Amino acid sequence: MQKQRRYYIILLLIGLLAVVYLARLFSIQVLNKTYKDKAEQNALRYITEHPARGLIYDRHDSLLVYNDAAYDLMVVPNELRDFDTAELCRVLDLTKEEVEKKIARAMKYSKILPSLFEQQISKEDYGFLQEKMYEFPGFFVQNRTLRSYPHPIAAHILGYVSEVNDQDMENDNYYKMGDYIGKSGIEKAYESVLRGVKGKRVVLVDVHNREMGSYDNGSEDVVPVPGTSLWSTLDLKLQRYGEELMQNKRGAIVAIEPKTGEILCLISSPTYDPNLFVGTARPKNYGVLQQDPKKPLFNRALMASYPPGSTFKLANGLIALQDGIITPSTVYTCSGGGYHLGNHVVHCHNCGGLNIYTAIQRSCNSFFCRAYYNILSNRKKYKDIDEAYTAWLDYMTSMGFIQKYETDLPYELRGSIPSAEYFDKKYNNSWNGNTVVSMGIGQGEAAVTPLQMANMLAVIANHGYYIKPHVVRAIGHRDSLNTQFNEKIYSKIKPEHFVTVLQGMKLVVTAGTGRGAQIPGIEVAGKTGTAQNPHGADHSVFALIAPADDPEIVIFCLVENGGFGASVACPIASLMAELYLNGEVKRTDLEKRMKELTLR
Amino acid sequence: MPNEDLHRKGAKGFDARLIIYYLALVIIGWITIYSTCYIPEGSNAIFDFSQPYGKQLIWIATSLLLGIIVLLIDGKIIQHYAYIFYLVCLVLMILVLFIGTEISGAKAWIKIGTVSIQPTEFMKVATALALARFFNEGKTEGEKRYGWLFSIGLIMVPVLIIMLQHDAGSALVFASFFLLFYREGLSGEALLLAVVAAFIAIFTLIFNETYTIALLTVVFIIFMMKDHTQKKKARRDIIVFAISILFVFAVNIIYENMFEPHQKERIDTIFGKTSDPKGADFNLNQSKIAIGSGGFFGKGYLKGTQTKLKFVPEQSTDFIFCAIGEEWGFMGTLVVFGLFGALIFRILALSERQRLPFVRYYGYGIAGILIVHFFINIGMTIGLVPIIGIPLPFISYGGSSLWAFTTMLFIFIKLNDN
Repeated sequence: MQKQRRYYIILLLIGLLAVVYLARLFSIQVLNKTYKDKAEQNALRYITEHPARGLIYDRHDSLLVYNDAAYDLMVVPNELRDFDTAELCRVLDLTKEEVEKKIARAMKYSKILPSLFEQQISKEDYGFLQEKMYEFPGFFVQNRTLRSYPHPIAAHILGYVSEVNDQDMENDNYYKMGDYIGKSGIEKAYESVLRGVKGKRVVLVDVHNREMGSYDNGSEDVVPVPGTSLWSTLDLKLQRYGEELMQNKRGAIVAIEPKTGEILCLISSPTYDPNLFVGTARPKNYGVLQQDPKKPLFNRALMASYPPGSTFKLANGLIALQDGIITPSTVYTCSGGGYHLGNHVVHCHNCGGLNIYTAIQRSCNSFFCRAYYNILSNRKKYKDIDEAYTAWLDYMTSMGFIQKYETDLPYELRGSIPSAEYFDKKYNNSWNGNTVVSMGIGQGEAAVTPLQMANMLAVIANHGYYIKPHVVRAIGHRDSLNTQFNEKIYSKIKPEHFVTVLQGMKLVVTAGTGRGAQIPGIEVAGKTGTAQNPHGADHSVFALIAPADDPEIVIFCLVENGGFGASVACPIASLMAELYLNGEVKRTDLEKRMKELTLR
Repeated sequence: MPNEDLHRKGAKGFDARLIIYYLALVIIGWITIYSTCYIPEGSNAIFDFSQPYGKQLIWIATSLLLGIIVLLIDGKIIQHYAYIFYLVCLVLMILVLFIGTEISGAKAWIKIGTVSIQPTEFMKVATALALARFFNEGKTEGEKRYGWLFSIGLIMVPVLIIMLQHDAGSALVFASFFLLFYREGLSGEALLLAVVAAFIAIFTLIFNETYTIALLTVVFIIFMMKDHTQKKKARRDIIVFAISILFVFAVNIIYENMFEPHQKERIDTIFGKTSDPKGADFNLNQSKIAIGSGGFFGKGYLKGTQTKLKFVPEQSTDFIFCAIGEEWGFMGTLVVFGLFGALIFRILALSERQRLPFVRYYGYGIAGILIVHFFINIGMTIGLVPIIGIPLPFISYGGSSLWAFTTMLFIFIKLNDN
């Protein structure tokens, strides 16, 4: 019967199929041993996905810092098999000993975790290696980003990133060998914001060191979170202009927007191109810059202590007014070649009878020595010199001296103005106002940083308060303002006294020592200074506030060995104010002269 | 012997062997699902219903309930409502096209709360019943061509809908009814036609239509040299040649337009046209490594490294055989083959002994479905057939498939008892 026959044919066919399948399974499972080896060699590789570091913009959205692609060669010691060392040496331009040393270093770190073998290999080497990867089991290439700077400016403020050291890894276990960390400037202060969050990728790797796709459809993968971008307070044009004006000179310029405490530019000269600190060339360039006797790595604006010179008279004038030592109508006479202290004379120009306005206008040493002496000798208010001097220090502190602001400027220093105890000890408890009178005119023991001086100018511009100077205005979005530093800190000086001092500063520019600071169409207030320098020519100093009645910018400029304040610092500060307020500089002759001026 | 067997079953009991095979397979399935989700350091509580093994317990319990309900229904009613059941499933399938949810590329699921149901699984049972009913009406006897065509229509309608759902794997399962057709007297010529068609299709996919047409032309010329004197035979050769060429183009059009890119890739892989280590080849390779590393005795329960580390995708569903192969080795393979073999043989043997043809038709229908599922599912894990996502009956994780296969088998157990 046909149907019965077909039943058996069906059984036969199913049986045959089953035999084929079982034969295949027997071959795979029992006869063929390669699958067992392959199962053991099936490896997982954990690849760190480094997020792009946050970008840094200036206050007008110009890009200051961005990222460039780079490639790191990583090694997993446990996955290493015999490979052609000579070939690897040739590609990477290394010696055999160097390769062995690097592998030993990686072994020391971890046998199973990837270590950095060679950082930032070139695009060409990367392309070459990518093709040859199968020859080097245990090695793989990881994408990285490097910092890049479209404008070669603001190196000191922006700071730099470099590979983490043991200490960094110990402090925060987020960091793994080969990671980067901000080492100075904004990069350091905002490290936690800029770095983002690392991600990871788990991939299957076959025996031939080929990536075979994500493990478990990527369920273990973590997408990296890119770093947050920052908007700095810097004005790119102003910073660049200032650096140009300061070329071939040593010194510092700090400009602040007084209403906000935002640093518009912070220049320390000589400086360097931040691109020198990128990539593998950094150690070499760092060494060269460190050896340079002109100290380009030293951030003079934050770290150098200078005698402030006559610009300090502004602070002392304010304190004298506040303590009632003088009023705007008080007249002191300058004659006999200056201020006499026994045999010693603080020289001046026989200015004649002066009030506070004209004293500032003409920068009279006699007037301010006498005022300072009278502050410290005010026994109606203070019982002795210690108390009077300490009260004076308090006033100075309230205007932002003798302290670090600890905002977002790493490595700032506090300057130095000695305490009463220091003088007690130095003069064996026998000293008075005249002993320290040179501080009244910004010489002697007083030493302050350019940043502190600029901040004092902001106090004057604001008629009595300052906001701590800082360098980042927004985080994440240009309108998402950085509110950490917006507290108004009031000085101990009443607002009306600032009006008086500002009046004097206007006279400096219109008819005094700082006429070179005049800007067509803008009323400028200023103060010259000539800081005595025991090591060489005097430092040229200028303090500027503009526009005088509604200040938008304060600038403190110090040019080492520049001589009189009026000769170098005054025109430079004035040119910068002109650029900032007018958007362009019309005094091109002066500009050219200043740029070309070279001071050794 | 057969009679003795029938007597042992008697009129009072359901077939105990089928039930035992069924339970054994379901238990093996659950044990394996537990292993694929087992985490050495985890809690692995059996009743953790957030885990697949916990959920599978619910599916097993509800399936048993479903089985018991089926056994309580009168067999006559099942036969009577066969067409209705078929139509209801068809409507559900069409509904899925509009309100369905997409899971791994196939829009074949209806989501009710947290449970997703795949009507295709039930469509298989319904088609088996509808075909059995149709055959039972005697319209396919002998040379009644219209009857055969109508029964092919019963199969093709769901197939077309499944193709629209982008679920080529399930569509392929419906080819299994060919077993029933063959058993019930489809002519040898039709069988030959099917084999030739399959050959042309595979040849076209491996090479391309130009080569295939060239080959067909050669064959045609040979036939013509032999037949050119006989007008009738020559005309037949020409017609067959023309149809073959049209078929070649149809295969190509279906391949290019009906399949998803990943399915094409898998088809290409099996025919050796690509060797993309990260693509379809990769899954197959990992699957073979898992099964192959099991050896003769396996690595031991819960000790599979390849399946634990999820080198193989779809561990608990389509690729569940990898876990069995790795942990139980060739011994496990033999047990699974033995149980399925016994189950299928038992269904076929019982079908042959039926006095009521309806039961035989149904038995052959579901035996075909089980055979195709079994051989395709295991074949894809060892590289004998392209990777087509269909479950291993009774063993793979999943509610719809377990419910459907349980219903399918228990209807047979019930009908067999009548």
